[in-house]
Amino acid sequence: MKFGVVVFPGSNCDHDTYRVLRKVFHQETVFLWHRERDLQDVDVVVVPGGFSYGDYLRSGAIARFSPILESVREHAARGRLVLGICNGFQILQEAGLLPGALLRNAGLKFLCQPVHLRTENDGTAFSRCARTGQVLEMPIAHNDGNFFLPPEQLEELEANGQVVFRYCGPDGALSERANPNGSMNHIAGVVNSAGNVLGLMPHPERAAEAILGSEDGAVLFQSLLQ
Amino acid sequence: MKRCDGRMKVKIIVKLKPGVLDPQGQAIQRSLNTMGHSEVIGVRQGKYFEIEFNGGESGTIRETVREICEEILSNPLIENFEIQEIS
Repeated sequence: MKFGVVVFPGSNCDHDTYRVLRKVFHQETVFLWHRERDLQDVDVVVVPGGFSYGDYLRSGAIARFSPILESVREHAARGRLVLGICNGFQILQEAGLLPGALLRNAGLKFLCQPVHLRTENDGTAFSRCARTGQVLEMPIAHNDGNFFLPPEQLEELEANGQVVFRYCGPDGALSERANPNGSMNHIAGVVNSAGNVLGLMPHPERAAEAILGSEDGAVLFQSLLQ
Repeated sequence: MKRCDGRMKVKIIVKLKPGVLDPQGQAIQRSLNTMGHSEVIGVRQGKYFEIEFNGGESGTIRETVREICEEILSNPLIENFEIQEIS
């Protein structure tokens, strides 16, 4: 499979993502500069984490006007895969490719810590190597990760099985304490209704090698390669 | 109203919709209460923009400003905007 990692001014997880795809999973991987429109025939577009445009205005609000986003939108419309991690999730929401918005963390702190995630739907292209109920450990590193969606739309999201990951305790139990940023329904990751675009706040690329403390994030990339 | 030099300034306020959690506003309120302003029962924080235009009719500019607000300055899912003044 061929992967493309989008690079904006201010992206800072682009090289981590590239490394995991190249060195851990031995996949052909290219960087895609945000000013370009050519996706170089990649199968999967990854919009990585970071602080595109310094998070000015709102996280992801300016990046979504970059020329490459038009091509990413067409790629997604053709049913091809797009993965947004952290700032990538925020950008895909601003671009209208994923539901909801990510508000300031409820505790107003930038959170950089490992969290537990419960897999809620193992039927997506991004989670099929996990099993529903499986608890994964990955780090988060964000200021704006507080998932918000108006109540009626939230019900629809839940009913459609679009919630893929939720913050939980080590045993998989949901609690306020295990919800680091105040996200509605403890939501950490969602897919679009077509199931080909996923966004999540935790960083699977920072948890895909044993030396980094957890390999649980690898399951996302394994799923994509299936 | 157009100024004699043909320039116009538009003032815009973007605020979170009612019901959308505003932890910054809450922190400011707590701090005001701690300072002794016990009568303060709510704070909502927003964003303020001034945009300058060179030329154009105020009617067209109002339309343009509306587009700018909907397209980029606000996220319609969580925020409302108010065009405060065109002068």
